[in-house]
Amino acid sequence: MPSLGADMAAGQIVEWLVEPGDHVKRGDIIAVVETEKGAIEIEIFDEGKIQEVLVPVGEKAPVGMVLALLDGTADADAVSPTIPTLEESVTEEPRPLDAASPPETPFPATDTAQTTSPEPSERLRITPTARRRAAELGIDPSTLSGSGAAGAIILADIEAMLPEVATPTAPPTPEEPADRKSAIRHAIGAAMSRSNREIPHYYLGTTIDMEPTLNWIEATNKERPVTERLLSSALLLRAVGLALRQVPDLNGFWEDGAFRPGEGIHVGWSISLRGGGLIAPAIHDVDQKPIPQLMTEFRDLVKRTRQGGLRSSEMTDATITITSLGDQGVQSVFGMIYPPQVGLIGFGKIYERVWTNNGMIDAHRVIEATLSGDHRASDGHTGGQLLSLIDRLLQEPSKL
Amino acid sequence: MSNSAKTDQTYRGAVREAIRDALSRDDRVFLMGEDVGAYGGCYAVTKGLLAEFGEDRIRDTPLSESGFVGAGIGAAIAGMRPIVEIMTVNFSLLAIDQIVNNAATIPHMSGGQFTVPLVIRMATGAGRQLAAQHSHSLEGWYAHIPGIKVLAPATLEDARGMLWTALEDPNPVLIFEHVMLYAREGTLPADAGPVDIDRAVIRRPGTDLSLITYGGCLFKALEAAELLAAEGIEAEVIDLRSLRPLDETKILASVAKTHRALIVDEGWRSGSLSAEISARIMEGAFFDLDAPVARLCAAEVPIPYAKHLEEASIPQTESIRAAAVALMNPQ
Amino acid sequence: MTDSADGKLHITRENAQRLLRSMLRIRAFEDKCAELYTQEKIRGFLHLYVGEEAIAVGVMDNLTPEDAVIATYREHGHALARGIPMTEIMAEMYGKMEGSSRGRGGSMHIFDATTRFCGGNAIVGGGLPLAVGMALADKMRGLNRVTTCFFGEGATAEGEFHESLNLAALWKLPVLFVCENNFYAMGTALARSEAQTDISAKAASYNLQAEQVDGMDLIAVETAARTAIAKIRSEGCPQFLECRTYRFRAHSMFDAQLYRDKTEIEEWKKKGPIIRFSKFLRDTGLLNDDDLAAMEAEIAVEIEASVAFAEAGTWEPIADLERFVLVDEASP
Repeated sequence: MPSLGADMAAGQIVEWLVEPGDHVKRGDIIAVVETEKGAIEIEIFDEGKIQEVLVPVGEKAPVGMVLALLDGTADADAVSPTIPTLEESVTEEPRPLDAASPPETPFPATDTAQTTSPEPSERLRITPTARRRAAELGIDPSTLSGSGAAGAIILADIEAMLPEVATPTAPPTPEEPADRKSAIRHAIGAAMSRSNREIPHYYLGTTIDMEPTLNWIEATNKERPVTERLLSSALLLRAVGLALRQVPDLNGFWEDGAFRPGEGIHVGWSISLRGGGLIAPAIHDVDQKPIPQLMTEFRDLVKRTRQGGLRSSEMTDATITITSLGDQGVQSVFGMIYPPQVGLIGFGKIYERVWTNNGMIDAHRVIEATLSGDHRASDGHTGGQLLSLIDRLLQEPSKL
Repeated sequence: MSNSAKTDQTYRGAVREAIRDALSRDDRVFLMGEDVGAYGGCYAVTKGLLAEFGEDRIRDTPLSESGFVGAGIGAAIAGMRPIVEIMTVNFSLLAIDQIVNNAATIPHMSGGQFTVPLVIRMATGAGRQLAAQHSHSLEGWYAHIPGIKVLAPATLEDARGMLWTALEDPNPVLIFEHVMLYAREGTLPADAGPVDIDRAVIRRPGTDLSLITYGGCLFKALEAAELLAAEGIEAEVIDLRSLRPLDETKILASVAKTHRALIVDEGWRSGSLSAEISARIMEGAFFDLDAPVARLCAAEVPIPYAKHLEEASIPQTESIRAAAVALMNPQ
Repeated sequence: MTDSADGKLHITRENAQRLLRSMLRIRAFEDKCAELYTQEKIRGFLHLYVGEEAIAVGVMDNLTPEDAVIATYREHGHALARGIPMTEIMAEMYGKMEGSSRGRGGSMHIFDATTRFCGGNAIVGGGLPLAVGMALADKMRGLNRVTTCFFGEGATAEGEFHESLNLAALWKLPVLFVCENNFYAMGTALARSEAQTDISAKAASYNLQAEQVDGMDLIAVETAARTAIAKIRSEGCPQFLECRTYRFRAHSMFDAQLYRDKTEIEEWKKKGPIIRFSKFLRDTGLLNDDDLAAMEAEIAVEIEASVAFAEAGTWEPIADLERFVLVDEASP
């Protein structure tokens, strides 16, 4: 069956003008085929004797099918069978449109409702750039309500969370749903009151030269991809972890009138929650993990803290806690111990000051490290040991 | 040659200078269109040129858009550098077969054997109470077609400088001149020359939103930007200049900075150039967006005759300002 | 055939056989295309020139290499007569990169810059303004070149026909308009679409010199074309030839020809250009059986070679899809 048009898929034999035994030559009309455009005569392009007619009158054959045999050779007929190509469209009746019922509702109107406090829905309404910025800053946007269209959280809402970048024209951050915020404050209040009530605190402080650590970090980070760069927090963690190995009296709990050492050095890191409140989940076995791993776990912990997704073990297992207020620009912090722990290490911001070394005057980046200790479990001597160890460890960062 | 004295000019005068300059530089250049010669041009652009260059090179045509646009294409194929003037984009519909099926197509379809170094100039836009059949802005339709370039000079500098660059381009180039710009006044250096035809320009830098537009709406957008500044909103106004190809890099860089985009287009919004730009911003700057891309286009109506209705049908300074404010303060 | 001092047609044996051969070559090529189309080697639309060969051959014989030609989608015969290699045309039919348009155009869009063959146009009437423009350029550049524009009688209904004839006559442009009147615009007979069926009269109404020619008579076509082209070159004005002819095959391959009688077709076939011209040559002793057999054998070889060339051709890489949408340089 010859192809007579780009959209012809098949034809029906209406009439044969030759029969077996007839001699045909090139150009002879041998049959009439019905197509949707009407009856078309088909010619043969070869010469020979008709041997057998394969498709009788009245039958339909797809393009490419052998209609008759010539001279006994199977494919000597004018048409070489071809597989219909994908481009051929079907010549049958177009299939009726899917008879599914028409949509019950008219074309949905776009939701332009503007509410100032959206109901909680499965999907957070936040603009792409605000979402990205929130992630960069480690801010959990889910508790914000937005000032964008239909209550979407916009960039300004995120940036308003940072006191340094809040601009006068930024739309004011709307208040958080009242109950959640106050619940957090209540819980913290209870813990701190207990700490103040029950724990006799002593406080120690020292200034640590951070040049070796920072230089080491800078050199190391040159070779690391951006996503794997180290922060000083990882080294502080590690130094604290290693130091506590040698000063176990500060790594554990005061319970029932006695000290119980921790089963491993699990350092809690105090993380502020947006909207107020603190939480200090633990990184386990800080003394046993290499710094890159600590860095990864630390990053992950901060992210999960802000987005939700902390594990219960992280909430309960801290054997000591670090509070680092350097980001807030604070030089030194003397904080309150989280009961039943027996110590709290504080780090302030890294800042530059005059430093002397063998009589030489220079400018070094330093950090104020502090310890709040439970005087029931340890005294200033022990605490001092811990701080000096942390200091010494940070002077040789490559050994951490 | 380096006479940097500035002369007072109008947009139409700048176009005239551009045509004169082209005809003087290259013998292959000639201009043909309806009433370009004896009448001096429907918009007085070609006034005086017939006397200067003669009727072969400033060639009046019968009212045969398809015929003379096709002739322009054939002449370009055969070695000339014609400037075909279609009186307005409204009449270009009669010639759209020649533009789309011949000018835009023959180079590709012939495997690169025949090229069409042709320039077609058309007036476009609304604002003179000429009613629906004389008020279209169909640049967006042409910007849809591969094989042609589409320009919209808004400033005098571009009116003066784009034509020569377009004539030197071996591809068919369509230049759209907004009717309301012809009388616009300004100054040009006496030695003003060719400018590029493939880049958008930031006419007014800003930080709060990217106000993207072209042609007749540019100056309304700039006025709106001044009003917005008084309200504390700094709009960055981008003049597209080239509608095909679009200077995507510049658009996306601006949106990355401002996080908000308002596109002003005198065409109807459905399937318009503004829709294309919006799609590109979505594709290339999605994560920079702090609000959905906004568009201000002509009302979906045939442009009416009565002045107040015509004004309400197309973007105006005030409606641009209001749209920008709405974009900044969605609640 | 035309380089004689008195400008008259001199029919030498050599020339006569050359012209017959040209028609036979077109006929054989078109028949082969029909066969290949049924085998799906050629796809899309296929419009065959069978029966109209005398027009392309007769007109083209009078053109120089510098002249330009614009034709329609039924342009294989014109392309062959113009001298575009059969291999390239066949490869173009197949869609191969070795085709005259890199396989991008197919049957309806043969282009060849070296012979100034500017298509191959699928829009009825779309080529006429192009021809006007090409002639305008030649005139403005002071080049003594003729642009020949072939089109069917169906085009006379399109506005562009009227606009183009008017422009050519008004501006006195060197265009030869050749209307191949085969009496059917696809399925519509001329009398059903034109209030005025005398096409030369339409041309004359634009102040164009027009002549009606028997398109089945090669000598008549050749003579009329020679005269018209000579006039264009000497006077610089356009000329119009209406060549009355008939296509023996359908409008295109997928056409049941419901609109015309079989008997009518058979009548015209008997008066076909090849039959008539060969008879004339035999009668005047310029052709014998051996000559004919030799011609046909050579042509058959050339046809097979062009098919082999097309079969062996390559497909343009998809990576090149966007090449030539825009170009960096104008063609010379």
